[in-house]
Amino acid sequence: MLQTISYLYQVADVFAFLVLAAAGLAIIFGMMGIINMAHGEFIAVGAYVTTYSYQAGAPLIVGMLLGAVVAGLFGVVIERTIVRRFYHRPIDSLVATWGISLMMTQGALLLFGSGAPGVGTPFGSVAFAGGSFSVYRLVLVVVAVLMLAGLYLVFMKTRFGVHARATMQNAAMARSLGVPVDRIYAATFGLGAALAGLAGGLYAPTMTLSPMIGSSFVIEAFVTVVAGGADVLVGTPPAAIALAVIKATATAFWGQVYGVMGLLVAVCLVVRILPEGFTGWMTRRRA
Amino acid sequence: MKELLSLVNGPQTFGAGRTFWSIAGLLLLAALVFPFFASNYTVGNVAYFAVWIFMALGLSLIWGYGGMLSFGQTAFFGLAGYGYGVIAINFGQQSNLTLVALLLALVVAGLLALLIGYFMIYGRITGVFVGIVTLSLTLTLATFVNQTAGAEWRIGRARLNGYNGMTRIPPLSIPWVDGKLYFEGTAFYFLVLALLVLTYLGLRILVNSRFGNVLVAIRENPDRAELLGYDIRRYQLIAFVIGSTLAGLSGALYTAWGQFIAPASMALPAAAMPIIWVAVGGRKDLTATLIGTFLVLWLFQSLIVVSQQYALIFIGALLLVTILFTPGGYLVWLFEHWQRLVERRRERTAVTTAPAPVGSAAE
Repeated sequence: MLQTISYLYQVADVFAFLVLAAAGLAIIFGMMGIINMAHGEFIAVGAYVTTYSYQAGAPLIVGMLLGAVVAGLFGVVIERTIVRRFYHRPIDSLVATWGISLMMTQGALLLFGSGAPGVGTPFGSVAFAGGSFSVYRLVLVVVAVLMLAGLYLVFMKTRFGVHARATMQNAAMARSLGVPVDRIYAATFGLGAALAGLAGGLYAPTMTLSPMIGSSFVIEAFVTVVAGGADVLVGTPPAAIALAVIKATATAFWGQVYGVMGLLVAVCLVVRILPEGFTGWMTRRRA
Repeated sequence: MKELLSLVNGPQTFGAGRTFWSIAGLLLLAALVFPFFASNYTVGNVAYFAVWIFMALGLSLIWGYGGMLSFGQTAFFGLAGYGYGVIAINFGQQSNLTLVALLLALVVAGLLALLIGYFMIYGRITGVFVGIVTLSLTLTLATFVNQTAGAEWRIGRARLNGYNGMTRIPPLSIPWVDGKLYFEGTAFYFLVLALLVLTYLGLRILVNSRFGNVLVAIRENPDRAELLGYDIRRYQLIAFVIGSTLAGLSGALYTAWGQFIAPASMALPAAAMPIIWVAVGGRKDLTATLIGTFLVLWLFQSLIVVSQQYALIFIGALLLVTILFTPGGYLVWLFEHWQRLVERRRERTAVTTAPAPVGSAAE
């Protein structure tokens, strides 16, 4: 009984981590076909803003939202100045955002040093069926599901969402129908960066803060996006569920590192079997 | 001689004329006599730079010629480094043949490249995804080795030592008349120089052969190449394996040079370095990659003495500026302008004097 519950808790925990870590990356990739290598650094921006505003006396949740906003604004600036020059050459965009990532990490090291004050994990833990589970991690699972629901609403029910989906399908056609494509791109990039910042803020209380904090997210985020494919709503959730099961199982049997290695093996197999990831699989089944 | 030149010269590389090969010969001569005039430290340092160039040339083949941006060449670098270390520690003493350890390490790296390359290329991973999968590979390997600090992580007599890295690895050696010849200091320098010349010429022959032409055709338009009947994935896989084995050569040589290897050599930002060397010089030309890598390494080392953070920020900015303004790389840009200049001058002389000589060696 306890083992089953603890295993399910692990799966849910990994699922939340994968969804939160990957959502920002997946949105940017789905819209513009660009993999943002500075994704980890946007996560770090969120984590830093959250931690420092908490230290300054703001409530934790305000700090997290602030982290998302700052990361989002930062994303818009980067998009307007640099990333938009690369929409017609996606591979170069990888290299360019990589350069940005390098500069941001090292800049943060210069500004903040390698250590930072911590934020304690709130809520403590709950005892259930003889085991002890962190409440905060359960809250994160709820947040991950709510975020997916929120993204669904944004993309399906708002004017921005309609424009964004039109741009995603055919940017030239959308432009000729009067959709402000450039602004949609900037907003999407900002949204992706803001979600990355939110992930950083949400996980800041559970990790040690350092300029390299983003690197503990990037493998998982990349792997989820590769397995999920281009559509954040259709592809990311099933990919995150499948990978969460694999990672939790491998971790339970052999340990943390094999969990990560299991992810890599899984993603190699997924792309071998399902071209275009889970997005391709889901859309083909629907059609 | 002429047949040899026709093998190394071709449409896929800059430099074919008498001027180019004269300069190349002079540079080689300078590299040969240089150890007799420089201090041991400088010789070791130049050898250290040269060690990395194999990985850069391999990436140039994969990315520049093959069009697959691999962010994970350090995975093969690290694997071959650890492979060399483990084999050399276990068998190097008895057999006096750590050179065999080097070759075996290359085989290990090549096999991993074959495996990963198969899943990636035949899994139809293209474009930006190649970058993410290979980056995930190298970061995962680094994470794995990082946690091998415990005493149970040993292969034979070699302890992996986790984050701190593997130490006390014997240098390269072969049996010699009076016992053993160690490749250290100047001997190591000459070994690396010889390997570098062989690799450079070998790759020039490769990219100017039919194989290279098909590879470039695939880079330019994979669909068209496939419709013309080429098995494009086989060509890409071969290029990936060759390039990754060269990264392995860098790794094994690096380990033999420093008698040390650590997982940091596979993690960020080490994984970023090959991209920067190759992109800044010019990924689509072997000569540009060779010179560019050397220059960037030299620049980076002069800066890192001042401050590691500022050096990395500068390198990041250099990469960004290159990709923004001269996406093909500075040296390639320079070569192209030089070529145009020479052609224009030739046209002018051709107009004023006799009819243009047909098929004269292009500069």
